[in-house]
Formats: sequence, C-alpha cells, structure tokens
Amino acid sequence: MAEVRWNKKDLLGLEYLSKEEIELILETADSFKEVTTREIKKVPALRGKTVVNLFYEPSTRTRVSFELAAKRLSADVINIATETSSVRKGETLIDTGRNIEALKADIIVVRHNCSGAPVMLAKHVSISVVNAGDGWHEHPTQALLDMFTLKERLGRIAGINVTIVGDIAHSRVARSNIWGLTKLGANVTVCAPPMLIPAGIEQMNVQVTTDIEEALGNADAVNVLRMQFERDVQSAFPQQIEYFKKYGITEERLKRAKKDLIIMHPGPINRGIEIASEVADCSQSVILDQVTNGIAVRMAVLFLVSQARDENQI
Amino acid sequence: MKILIKNGRLIDPANKIDQVLDILVDNTKIVRLDKNITNGQATVIDATNKIVMPALVDMHVHLRQPGREDKETIFSGTQAAVHGGVGTVLAMPNTEPPIDSPEQIRLLKKIISQTANAKVLIAATITVGRQGKELTPIAQLKKEGAVAITDDGSSVDSAEILAKAMVKARQAKILIISHCEDKTLSQNGVMNLGAMSTRLGLRGIPNASEYKRVQRDIELAAKTKCRLHIAHVSCQESVEIIAKAKKKGIMVTAETAPHYFSLTEKALFDYDTNKKMNPPLRTDKDVAAIKDALSDGTIDAIASDHAPHTMPDKDIEFDHAEFGVIGLETELAVSITNLVETKHLSWLDLAKVMSLNPARILGIDRGNLSVGKSADLIVVDPVKTWQVRKEEFLSKSKNSCFLGMQLKGKVLYTILGGKIVYKVKDSEDISH
Amino acid sequence: MVKRQKAQILDQETLNRSLLRIAHEIVEHNKGIENVCLVGIRTRGVFLAKRLAGFIKNIEQKEVPVGILDITLYRDDLTLVASQPVLHKTEIEFDINDKHIVLVDDVLYTGRTIRAAMDALIDLGRPRTIQLAVLIDRGHRELPIRPDYVGKNIPTARQETVEVRLVESDGKDEVVIVEQNG
Repeated sequence: MAEVRWNKKDLLGLEYLSKEEIELILETADSFKEVTTREIKKVPALRGKTVVNLFYEPSTRTRVSFELAAKRLSADVINIATETSSVRKGETLIDTGRNIEALKADIIVVRHNCSGAPVMLAKHVSISVVNAGDGWHEHPTQALLDMFTLKERLGRIAGINVTIVGDIAHSRVARSNIWGLTKLGANVTVCAPPMLIPAGIEQMNVQVTTDIEEALGNADAVNVLRMQFERDVQSAFPQQIEYFKKYGITEERLKRAKKDLIIMHPGPINRGIEIASEVADCSQSVILDQVTNGIAVRMAVLFLVSQARDENQI
Repeated sequence: MKILIKNGRLIDPANKIDQVLDILVDNTKIVRLDKNITNGQATVIDATNKIVMPALVDMHVHLRQPGREDKETIFSGTQAAVHGGVGTVLAMPNTEPPIDSPEQIRLLKKIISQTANAKVLIAATITVGRQGKELTPIAQLKKEGAVAITDDGSSVDSAEILAKAMVKARQAKILIISHCEDKTLSQNGVMNLGAMSTRLGLRGIPNASEYKRVQRDIELAAKTKCRLHIAHVSCQESVEIIAKAKKKGIMVTAETAPHYFSLTEKALFDYDTNKKMNPPLRTDKDVAAIKDALSDGTIDAIASDHAPHTMPDKDIEFDHAEFGVIGLETELAVSITNLVETKHLSWLDLAKVMSLNPARILGIDRGNLSVGKSADLIVVDPVKTWQVRKEEFLSKSKNSCFLGMQLKGKVLYTILGGKIVYKVKDSEDISH
Repeated sequence: MVKRQKAQILDQETLNRSLLRIAHEIVEHNKGIENVCLVGIRTRGVFLAKRLAGFIKNIEQKEVPVGILDITLYRDDLTLVASQPVLHKTEIEFDINDKHIVLVDDVLYTGRTIRAAMDALIDLGRPRTIQLAVLIDRGHRELPIRPDYVGKNIPTARQETVEVRLVESDGKDEVVIVEQNG
C-alpha cells in the first residue's frame, strides 16, 4: 500500500482531498469493515474521546451511522439537534463550536443546511470537524461509502462508468460523488431535467445529459438521488409522476442497461418516485450494503481525523 | 498656515499636468505651482519620488449614521476616508431611518458639521423609506443640500415610479444613482451564478439581474432626458449597454468598485464572507471588461461602495452574512496595484476616475489642482508595498475583501482645505 | 540521529534454528498441535508465524492455522507516536474460541504490544490459552508479561534497538543491535 499519511484535522469535503487520501480512507474503512463483522464490534481506538453530533438539520440515518461508528471506536457520543429557524436569534455556529471545544470534545460531526458552514466552523475551532452534509455543497462520508461499495462490488473505481440521476442542482451527495469518483478515475455522467442541472457543472469533469436512456446506456453503476419535493424550490420540480415517467429507474429501463448494472441510493428512498419499488429490492441493488458500509467508512474517518497531527488546510 | 510640497510628481488631469512641480498652499487654497518654490514660513513636505494628486472623491460610501453606529459613524468613516486618501465622500442614504426627508438631511448635516474629518456630501432616497412606492420631495431634498438621490441597496422596481422620479430629478437638477438589480432574477442569490456557485452549492446571482436593470434604467433616462449614474457595475454586459448608450449621447455615467476589477468568484473558494457583496464578484471575463471600460472611459469612476459590517453580521454562515465590504482605506492602493501597475491606467487616468470625474458627476469643484482651488490633495508613495491588516483600519468595521494582500502605493499625507488631516505615522519609513 | 550497527546477533542459519526449536517446543508443550493456532502480529510476527507453521508441518505432518492480527486500534500510545500508524486488516479466518492461541512477534520489549494483542484477541473470542512466542526478548518489561517460547534472550540498553530483518520483508534474515546516538 502507498505510504500516505493523513494529516488533516477535518474532513470537510472530497474536493479538498487528494486521490491518495481518498484511497487511504477507503483502505482504512476496509479494515474497519472486518471489525463490524465481529461478535464484539467494538475496538478501543477512540477510548476517552468525545464525539459531538451537531445537527442543524433533521437526519436520523446519518446521525445514527456516525453515532454507531463513534461508539464502535469506544468514543463517547453526544447528540445536539438545533432548530435552524433560530439561527439569527440564537447562538452563532462559531460560538456553539467554541463551546463544544471548551467542553473538551475532540470531534464535531456537523450537519447544516447552509453550504460552507463546516468550512467556517473548522476555521474557528482547533478540534476536528467532520462534515455530515452541508447545504447543497458536500456530503463526503456518503460519497466515500458509495465509492467503498462500488469498489467492493467491482474491485476498482478507475475506469468505471457511474451515472448520477436526479436533482443534481441541490444535491450535496452528487457533488461529493463527482469529486471523489473523478479523482479516482471513474467516468461520471449526471442526468436530470434541465431545471435541475446546475450552471457550469460540466466544469467538474462530468458528462451532462437530460436523457435517462443515454445516461444508463453504458453505466456500470447508477446512483439514484432522492427527489426532495419538500424543499423550497418546489416550483422547479416537474410533477412527481411526470418525473417518474421520465427519469424513474424502472425494470423496463434496466432491461436496456448493462445486465449487472449496480443500483445505489443514498436513502431514504421514495418508492415510485425516483426508483421503482421492485428495482430498489432487486439483486442489483446495493442500497442496504451502502448502509452497512457507511459505518465502516465513518469509523475510518473518525479514526483518521483523530490521529491527525497538522492543521487542516483546504 | 502655509504648506510647501516640494519635488513631487504632480498629477492633475483637469489641467493635463504630469510633471515634477512644487506646490504652495496658503490657508485653504493652492496659491502657486512652479519649479523651485522657496518659502521660509511654510511647512515643507519633501515629496521627492512621490505622487501629488487631488484627494479622492468617493461617490459611493455607506457611513451607517444614523442607526448603525456600531458599524460606522460619520466620524470613524471619514477618519477611514482620509487614511485612504479620500477627501470627499457621498454618503448613501440607506441608513436607519433612511435619508428621505428634509428633516433627516438637516439632522445629518448637523452630525457632519460636528464630527466629519472629510467633506461629506449627502445622497437622499428616491422613494420614502426606500420602499419603491412613494416619491420623496425631491426638489426640497435638493434645496436642503442633497446632491443625489438613490435607493441604493435596492432598485426601484416600478418603471413608472422611477420614470416619475427622473422627471422630477431633471427639473430639480439632481443626479439619480441607480442600484441596478432585478430581484426576481437574483432570487436570493449570495454569489455569482456559474461554475463556482455550483461547486460551492450556493445560490447564484446571474449577470442578467444587473444588466437587464441597467438597460431598463438607461432607457427610462433617455426617455425622460434625465442624467443617470449607474452604481457599482460588475459585469461585461452592463459595460456593453453603457458603452452603447454613451455612443447614442444618452446622459449616463457609471462607476465600478475596486473589487470588481481585482477579484473573481474564485476568491469565494473557502466561503469567506468578506468576499460577499452585491453585486457579487464575477468572472475573469467580467474583470477584463471592467478594466477595459475604465481605460476607454465607458466607466467614469471608481467608488469604494464602502459597506461596513460588524463581526456578528459577517462571522456567520455564508447564506446569512450581510453583503458588502469596506473599501475607503484600500481603494487607492488596490487601483494602483491592479490598474496603474498593469498599465491599464496612467496616473493621470487614475486621478481622473478617482477624483476629477466623480467630482464632475456630483457637480462639485474638486479633483482639480489649479491655482485658486481648494487645497484638497494627497501625497502618495507609489512604490511602497504594504499588507492589508485588520489592525490598521480606522474604520469601525474590518470586513475587507483584501485582507492579507500585498498592495502597492501608500498615502503619506491627506490635505483638505489646506489642512493636513492625515499624516502617515513617523514610524513608517516614507523615504527610500 | 545517527544509527550505528553494533553487532549481529543472529544470521540466517541461527535464526532458522531458533525457529525450528520453538516449533518443537510448541508441539511438545501442547502435546501435539490439536486445537493450536498461530497468530502473527503485524508485520514481522506474521512472517515468523508462517515459518513456524511450516516447521510444525514438517514435524507433525499437519497444517496449523495461521491468523494475522493488527493491533493499531488497541495501542495505548496512539496519540503519542510521532507519525500515525496505518491501520491494516486483522485476518483471522478461524474461530478462536477454546483454541490454544500462540501469539507470534519478533521482539518482546516493554510488553505493551502483547497487552494490545491480547485485548484484540479477546475481543474476537475466548481462547482456552494464549501463549507467546518471540524471536528476541530484549528485556525492559513495563507490564507483567513473559514469553512461553524465546528464540534468543539479548540483554540490551534502552538506547539500543533490536532490528529483526526477514527475507520476506527486508531481503535477508538477520538480527542486529543498532545503537542510536544523539
């Protein structure tokens, strides 16, 4: 294995990591996956350390995954859920971060509805900050677990064709996957209705199409994004049914795609909106593997940032 | 009191002078320009290898008083101005309350007369409360001393109301300044719309939100035969529209701010809220267009759009942070570094866009170093490089987009009405 | 820091002879190799365990299972070491419950590595016994740990280090004492 050292105190996004650093996380996660298969799924690596889950946006899945990951590393975990509506009235993010630091916590896992919030937080505290999803910006651990799952199935990332379908404009999962996959040499295609393709996305080294058949044609894997109709850009969305008709991943569409096309979804899935129910449960679907792998990947991230020696620099 | 400035390179675009001359100031006025002036009574400033030019006229400054004295006051803002070589500022009326009545102007004039360290001109609003609905008593405002009207910070959305305002402004002979932004297009954006906003996951503001409004306001100005000044031009399309209008003889002038020819959207890579302003930092092609427009005269003036904000307004999530940056104390050096050093502008051009032109647009007798004129001038070290640091700002706020940068050109003296109102600290070496 | 090689303690022949003797002792001590498994501690302990398994096969004509243990997550000095350790996989494919586990490492020094290895092992199950085989015991124990099988006891000073080189990782077999000055 390449002798790469991890020296970042934070994980803020895959944009800020080198190919080697991403590979190191995936390899480290591979070791942790073995731990998660044991009867005793706990190791003492982060004993005595405190991880604070600071969530400004409701999320059960990601929070539970981080919490389990931290606990399996023997860290103590505290969950703080904050209402976003009180941002201007209440304590600022920086003050909250400094308070958590003063409590002698070691790692803040932050989920925030504003893009860039973890970047700002990391600049103002000396303890580690792990981005658990910020606005439309990045969701690095999700992309890492997606890549881990792909590598587990296909043996490699370099040279594979991955298609991301859905609301690219407002998706942090899409952005992190694009950064990670392209750095590791995959060919990435994004596919969405024109309204949901953000300006200049092609400058992130991806193919862009509005045609789902074209997007699936050559794909080794498809990452189906959750359509978030509840967000405030509602007017931009075609009707749900219309969307399913045009972009939904259906059995019919799978017939025309590669036989062993891998189907991924960051969850929670909307059956019958972005993905047909049968497809979500079919043998090509790795959706539940993603959930399992999420813990190993997050253990790797928490372990690595806790070992970092240098200041972070993005 | 007499001041004799010796051996400086005198830059006076009004008289097309760019040569080494001595300049003698007596009491408030310039009394003599010549080689080898000697005067036993005068305080002598040795300006060898230095630039002597008219004090800057900055026609776009937010002094925040009344209402947000925690951000800036007339006192602190004009201290910052003279520190940056600015002798005259036009104070924007988006204060709390806004300057929309004769009473407000009288109140402001009183504060100015008691606390200002530089000349402060007053802009009043176009509409009451900057609500875009009801016109202010424009003629009266002019009589009270307002030199311009603007709803800066917002555009007047209704073309009908703006047209009415233009007719009244023409009759009152007062300048209209347009903040050009179509909010239905900027859509709560926080930065330029494009590859960078996509990368950062932030809402984007398209160029169209600016230039479509520039187009509309110029058309209205042409129709009503009103003189119009476009504030803070940031993009290529606006430049093209203004150039066309000027060619047609429409009475339109325009300004840009130093950040629009110095930085691009790429500066936002780490979500630094000190790079958040409205209009937003654009792209390389826009920067090139703005520089060319300054060279060819399409854009008449550089103004700082000095917009002070406190830490709690800036040190928060990018989405929630206030728009705006301070600029009074950096605008000269930024312009020297990014326009004169790069040969986009000569020193004469620089004095023109930073002093003479804005003075002419505002109709004031400044920006001119002729004998008999008010001695508003600055002595500048053109080669001194310095780093922009928070600690050195005299402004109450520190939200500069140039923090940490190395700039060339430092103000050594600011002289207003024959009085030295700013002198660089003795500890800083002014000789080379 | 200057490193100076002080003395060669074992060469290829003596190193392998020591391992052969340990293999015999393991068989003897456990009265055969029924339920005996070897677990090498990364990195050189793994190569030594594999060699021991080879010798045992020659003696007993039976395979003895070999596992690989990575103790990174169990170290008590994670925050102290200068360059962070790289995590590798633990690969123990057999059930360790009720087995006689022989931990194999190259050098026994403070005993902290073995403490971590035992913790790691116990998290994987409940062995009947845990035994310890080391190629070199250099003394300076900080924990109450003693080896069951030793290739060679070498009294050392603290400023010295013992370097075990193996064909598998270093291209040749030898054990040397290195002195560090400065």
